[in-house]
Formats: sequence, C-alpha cells, structure tokens
Amino acid sequence: MTQAQTKEMPTLANCRRDFPALCQEVNEHSLVYLDSAASAQQPASVIDSVTHYQCHDHANVHRGVHTLSHRATDAYECARDKIQSFINAESRSEIVLTSGATESINLVAQSFCRPQLKAGDKILITHLEHHSNIVPWQIVCEQSGAELVVAPINDSGELDVDAFGTLLTDDVCLIAIAHVSNALGTINPVRDIIANARSRNIPVLLDGAQGIPHMQIDVQELGCDFYAFSGHKMFGPTGVGVLYGREALLDSMPPYQGGGDMILEVSFSGTTFNELPYKFEAGTPNISGVIGLGAAVDYLRSVGMSNIEKHEQKLLEYMTAELKEIDGIRLIGTAVDKASVQSFNVDDIHPHDLGTILDHQGVAIRTGHHCAMPVMEFFGVPGTARASLALYNNTDDIDRLTEAIIKARQIFA
Amino acid sequence: MIAVDIHSNDELRDLYRELIVDHARSPRHFGKLSDATHTAEGINPLCGDKLRLFVRLGDDNVISAVKFEGSGCAISIASASLLTELVTEMTVDEALVYFTAVTRRLTDPDKSNDNDEAIDLGKLRALDGVREFPSRVKCAILAWHALNSAIHGQSATVSTE
Repeated sequence: MTQAQTKEMPTLANCRRDFPALCQEVNEHSLVYLDSAASAQQPASVIDSVTHYQCHDHANVHRGVHTLSHRATDAYECARDKIQSFINAESRSEIVLTSGATESINLVAQSFCRPQLKAGDKILITHLEHHSNIVPWQIVCEQSGAELVVAPINDSGELDVDAFGTLLTDDVCLIAIAHVSNALGTINPVRDIIANARSRNIPVLLDGAQGIPHMQIDVQELGCDFYAFSGHKMFGPTGVGVLYGREALLDSMPPYQGGGDMILEVSFSGTTFNELPYKFEAGTPNISGVIGLGAAVDYLRSVGMSNIEKHEQKLLEYMTAELKEIDGIRLIGTAVDKASVQSFNVDDIHPHDLGTILDHQGVAIRTGHHCAMPVMEFFGVPGTARASLALYNNTDDIDRLTEAIIKARQIFA
Repeated sequence: MIAVDIHSNDELRDLYRELIVDHARSPRHFGKLSDATHTAEGINPLCGDKLRLFVRLGDDNVISAVKFEGSGCAISIASASLLTELVTEMTVDEALVYFTAVTRRLTDPDKSNDNDEAIDLGKLRALDGVREFPSRVKCAILAWHALNSAIHGQSATVSTE
C-alpha cells in the first residue's frame, strides 16, 4: 500500500469529516447527531457514488443492450457482490435486494410462512421487537389461523431465556427476533437461540436492522436462515435493504410479488419464474440506492467493523456513566450485552419536551415510542428519549448531550 | 457539575414559560366528567399525545363544565388545561371563536395578522412560544381540535396528523 492510499483510509479519529451532514450548525450550535439508530448519516463516498451513477450511468438494469444499461447493471450487481462478501453469504443468490428490513420481513412472512402455516402453528417473537418484526407476523397469523407467541423480557430489557426455551415448542414454525433491540440496545443471545432452533429444525429470522451497523455479521457463522437489514441504518441511502436467505429456503419459496425482472418467460398460459435472487426482485429496483449501499459497505470495510465495535463500546460505557450522574434520570434498557443505544427518561419531563430542548441546543436525539409500543408498555412509559451512537460520534458529543439534559432539568425545575 | 446558563436561550424560555410549566405540572380540571354530554379524543400520532375532552353542554348552549384526561407533553397538557379554564361558562359560539383564533394564531406564520384578532386571548398568549417550534404546534392545538370535534358531536377521534 502506498502512502497516498494510507492517507485516504478513514479512521475513527477523523471519520466524522467524511460525513457532510455532520459538519453544520443547527440552532446556532454545531450539530451533535445522536439519532443514527433511526437513520444514520451518509459519508461523502456514498453520496458521490449515487451522484456519479445518476450523472453518468443511469439506465434500467438487466434489460437493455446499450452501454448505460450495462453500466447500471454492472454497478447494481457489483453492489450485491459487496453485500454478499460483507455478511459472508455463501452465494450471491442469497442476497435479495428489497426496499428495507421491513419489506424483507414481510417477504418472509408472506412467501415463506404463509404457504405452510396452518391453524395451531406458532411463530415465536420477543417482547422487545420493533413493530416491523411484529405486525407482518400478526398479519400472516390472521391469514392462516396460526398463533403469534411472544417471549417475555426482564426489567433490564433482556430476553428471558428460560421462558423463551419453554415457549420453543415443536409447533413453532419460525423464530423471528431482533439481533439488537432498537429501543433498548439489547443484543439478543442469538447464537444460543439459533443452536437450539437448529437442533430442532426450526428456522430463525434475525431482524438485523440494528445489528449490522454495530458489528461484523457473518451469516454462515451465525447460522441463521434469514437476516433482514436496511441500507440507511448502515450509512447508505433510504429505500433500500437486504434479505439474506439460505438458498435452499429461498429456492422453495414462491415469488413475493409479480412483475418484470422476476420472470424467465411469460405467456397467458403460464409464467416461468426467474432464478434466485431475481425471483424476489419484481419491477425496476432502487438502482441508485443499491449502488449507494454498496459504497456504504466499502466505507464500513475501510474503517473496519471490529474497530467500529470497539469504538462504540467505549463510547457507550462513557455515555452510560455520564448519564447515570444526572439526577432524576432513569435509564431504560440496561442489558449486560448492549449495542451503543441508550433510552432514558428524566424526572417527569415528557420525552418530546426533552427532544425540543435538546434540539434547540443542536443535539439531535429520538423521542417517542421508537416503533416499539409493547416495550414502552412494559416499562410503563409513553415514550423515551433515546441517544444512539455511531462510528462518527465522540465523547464531546456525549458531553453536549449531558449538558443539554441538565439545562432541560433547569427549565422544568 | 457543568454550569449551564439557562437564561441564554430566550426562545426556549418563551416556549416553556412558567405558566406553561405550571399548567403541565398541575393541570386544571383533569379527570373524567361523569355527566358529560359531549366528548372527543385527540391524538397526535407523532408525539403519542392522547387526550380525551369531556364537555357538559346545557340547553342554553352554555358550556357548564369541561374536563380532560390523557397523557402528553408539557405543551399539549398545558394547552388543554388552559382551554378548560377559559371556556367554562362560555357559550358554544364564544368557545368556537377562541378555537378559530387560537388555531389561526399558532399556525399562521404571519404575525402581522395578530392585530386583527377580535378577541383578547389573555392567558392563551402563553402558547405563543410554539410558533418558533413548528414541530410542536400540533401539540398546542390538539385539545382545541378535540373541543371543536366534541361540540360538533363528532365521535371520531381527531388526529393532528
């Protein structure tokens, strides 16, 4: 590697400047962005890749014989290869490009579960799921007469592993759990769960939307059957996501949607579906979004997922300690094994008032129910404030957060 | 402990005036009204604010009692509390004039129109601070929409989205 190349490699110390959106003032303060769990900012390399594609290479994919169509197809398929390599899937056929984790989960519900579910069958989820890993299962249960079973959590926001084991009966057709909880930060013990499930031949879907930005994902090593995630949580564009599925399962599933690109031959007497993964990619896809996601993968690999994980764990430790110093704070989600996400409430200040006061000081956090209303109900709160950390955050950001919270307390004193 | 100058931020102080914080902390006329003749629910899906307003309306079209229950941010609770104080003993027509005036004032960015107001908003001016916070205007007008809905006999839930 030449020195010039070394110079361009982003490191955690300087990666903040790779993100144009972070280099601005908001409400006359330099922006502190602590809402990456809702949507992460994009590095310039992602933005540039999308712009370059739009300016030079845009055409429809898999269709034309002309040069631009070739370029677009190459860039689109190259992104698929990057994603395959990033999560270490065995084959590129296992990478289905979707509009996001939500569509990925709905695809599994309708295409994998619905044809085989019958009354009395069960789908097992947990109490800490995001709505996108609850509602698709409720819909398919309603359609089939199957039952949605919810494993409980404890006061720290951890899965009750014993209860989960008890609920894992032979009539469970699928386990669908978050790899990491978006509201609580809890990292679920997915390796144990998958080992147990595999020994009993029960397929497992991991909702990886909050897992993929924080740690190295190796789907073969995890052994999950499906892994769903979104581009915009991992510094890519919105409106694009991935369903990883084991090839044997994807092969056995009927198409999710019908349309162009997912067929080999169409006649009014019948249609032959395309091979994997195209069978699940009906219609013109989000080409620029997929290309941007490929660039996001490049960026994450250049920083290094293990570096990111170490950096975030240190920051999480600092943030937890600093928040605990604030009088009247209640931390919600105190699992031992956590990603860099912290929910909290302060005194009796409503989270939205807290959000407004923090925003006024340039500190962006998420407030509300985080699309996890059952979690809010469990903790007996209408909502929480949530600070989520990404690779570009630092201890100064956390100091600004705590200062802003102290000010909110003074306003409501 | 970090020293914070709480006086440096006038807009925030303007939003969370003492009167607002007081009404949010100790909302007036909070609870169910058992003999209500009209009721409506207001929901702000963005914030999760959820209020139910109860109105007792006499044959003379006078609002003899108003109460509310629910949960929400300081702005929505304080606004509902101020509403109950104000419209009690008003005729329906008088209350609707205030509904129109409050929603106009908080949603109209052009402050020069304030001078045209035919009525004195009194304590309701404490809500003026939300005008600088567009994302919070919905919180401030939630109870007023619920009142409008209740006295028009609409049973459906009002949403500010």
